[in-house]
Amino acid sequence: MKLRSRHLLGIEGLDRSEILTILDQARTFREVLDRAIPIVPALRGRAVVNLFFEASTRTATSFNLAASRLSCQCVSFSKATSAVTKGETLLDTARNIEAMGVDGIIIRHAAAGAPHFLARRVKAFVVNAGDGAHEHPTQALLDAFTLREKLGDLAGKRILIVGDIAHSRVARSNLLCFTKLGARVAVCGPPTMIPPDIVDYGCEVFYRLDRILEEVDVVNMLRVQQERITSSSFPTVREYRALYGLTADRLRKLAPEVVITHPGPVNWGVEMDFDVADFSQTLILPQVTNGVAVRMAVLYLLAGGEATPEKAEG
Amino acid sequence: MNPETPERVLLQGGTVIDARARTVRRADVLVAGGRIDRVEASIPATGAEVVDCRGKHIAPGFTDMHCHLREPGREDEETIATGTAAALAGGFTRICPMPNTNPAIDSEAQVRFEIRRAEDAGRARVHPVGCCTKGRQGEELAEIGGMVSAGAVAFSDDGSAIADAQVMRRVLEYCKAFDVPVISHCEVKELVEGIANEGRMSTKLGLKSAPYVAESAQAARDILLAEFTGARLHIAHVSAGATVDLIRWAKGRGVQLTAETCPHYFTLTEESLTEFDTNHKVNPPLRTEADRQAVVAGLADGTIDAIATDHAPHLTGEKEAEFDAAPPGIIGLETAFSLGYELLVLGKALSLPDYIARLTVVPRRILALPDAAVAAGSEAELVVLDLKAEWTYSPSCVLSLSRNSPFLGRTMRGRVSAVLLGDKLFRF
Repeated sequence: MKLRSRHLLGIEGLDRSEILTILDQARTFREVLDRAIPIVPALRGRAVVNLFFEASTRTATSFNLAASRLSCQCVSFSKATSAVTKGETLLDTARNIEAMGVDGIIIRHAAAGAPHFLARRVKAFVVNAGDGAHEHPTQALLDAFTLREKLGDLAGKRILIVGDIAHSRVARSNLLCFTKLGARVAVCGPPTMIPPDIVDYGCEVFYRLDRILEEVDVVNMLRVQQERITSSSFPTVREYRALYGLTADRLRKLAPEVVITHPGPVNWGVEMDFDVADFSQTLILPQVTNGVAVRMAVLYLLAGGEATPEKAEG
Repeated sequence: MNPETPERVLLQGGTVIDARARTVRRADVLVAGGRIDRVEASIPATGAEVVDCRGKHIAPGFTDMHCHLREPGREDEETIATGTAAALAGGFTRICPMPNTNPAIDSEAQVRFEIRRAEDAGRARVHPVGCCTKGRQGEELAEIGGMVSAGAVAFSDDGSAIADAQVMRRVLEYCKAFDVPVISHCEVKELVEGIANEGRMSTKLGLKSAPYVAESAQAARDILLAEFTGARLHIAHVSAGATVDLIRWAKGRGVQLTAETCPHYFTLTEESLTEFDTNHKVNPPLRTEADRQAVVAGLADGTIDAIATDHAPHLTGEKEAEFDAAPPGIIGLETAFSLGYELLVLGKALSLPDYIARLTVVPRRILALPDAAVAAGSEAELVVLDLKAEWTYSPSCVLSLSRNSPFLGRTMRGRVSAVLLGDKLFRF
């Protein structure tokens, strides 16, 4: 089965069966990663570019490695060293890179909709690696993959997303993805970090962590972004940790089967205490490993789809 | 667009809209030497250039009290010549450019410059809006008296609000000396993170947003200052239901208050942002369906007085960008009449004469311009409207230098087929 779109712009455009197609494909590649020589020739001769307009270590590296494991070349572009600093527009940058002959563009950008903008204007396939506070679809897919490995089918599972829901692309993509897979999702954070009409996603909203924490199967913690600390979204790190942090105290009260995820990088001592790192049910490192497999699946399905010509999106 | 200049023009067989009396009647209109000679049931064509108006309507030329012409400073986006041409194509014979050019229009000489440029172009007339404060900085009063003497008809720092309440109070007080309205662009800057309505769609799309309260909170302050000072206040581009309610409340209290909205606020909502199309990025942002309906209701009950375009040209190259980076604004001179006809008249919110009044006698009254009449003795300033016409707004028909419209490709109802301004006859 193939994906309907030639791009991966968000979880929004995927239906449940497409999500499962990607996750099933990722399962195959996850096994490849455990081999002595973890590489397949699936995309030999292809090339993609990592077009990262925002700092990222793990996502850029993960995509880079995913491409390499598929025998696909991956070149990297970063804002600091590019002509963007000379005032080149996003469209110019993308068209120039495309003109060098790449099959796909993996883009991270601070502006919501930047990948959608490119997708309508370039011939290459576009993968959204995070656009503003909009979506981060591969993060959602790798989270779903990791949770399914641990818990099986997510239908009926209770998942709590904690933190800055308003400014988090991970929150949006995860909400969409978990909901499409049948999970019951709740979000929790201070009212200053809950965007309007979030209940349209079919989730519950909690302003106090302790009212919901002990009723869930999964705790999906979000990173507190540095700029929020100074924007009166909450008074102090101390109070944030007291109200919304996964502290050692709260960890002790959790049922032993509850699992904890975090998209990283973690602000230890803010949203999570150091103790969480050593907790047996913490899936942060498996998330990172699985991320490579999931991104291999995404690149493979999008690049492989090129073999049969498809009508370009308007 | 070169006009014909016949000595005598007969508008024959049409229906004349009296926007003051809110009535219509079948009549021919004979124009001689740039003035209306006669308005009678049947006038013989003897020697006159005949404009066949059978099945069409004749109305006074429209007045747009809020547009942006970009001259001086951004003549690549629009000039006074191209903007006044676009205006005529939309039926506007008088337009009021906002002063947020570069440099800003904050002196007598600059007001004279704009009027002179419009006269040289020979298209729609220009009645400049001058800055309230020097350099549009919101700090010190501009030479409002000098600008009034040069022909400025209203004052505004449009593009931004006057944040300092004391400065706003002084502006309102000072303008009382000249009986000119202060036009308030209502926007509490601190509440604005980006240009998309804060709500369902900004949540869904992760867009940086502005809540409606950024508009209505500023409107509330300015309305109370207008009441306190006894000055004339006009609220620009009303987009939010809460602002409509505040205006209704204030008018009930007797505040000297008027308001305008723009076609995009009664036509579109935030729902059209789905594709991140930057031609839907406008400030204030497109809001919810409830807000849209409140704006229509505000027009219907007279809470909102006038319809203005907020015509805001931007180059395609600048709009071809990610949503956050694109400049806000929609061109509107050429589509305003048709959109209002479709949404308000065919939508049964306003009668045809009442709708025409919102484009003619109402803005002229607010700006103290000569009355808009289709009557013998008046200077000819007329539009011929073909209400049965269906047409598609396409890039090739745009007269503005810019193309940033969310309405490109839309099938429009009703069209301006001719404009008679003095001795000039423009046919479209």
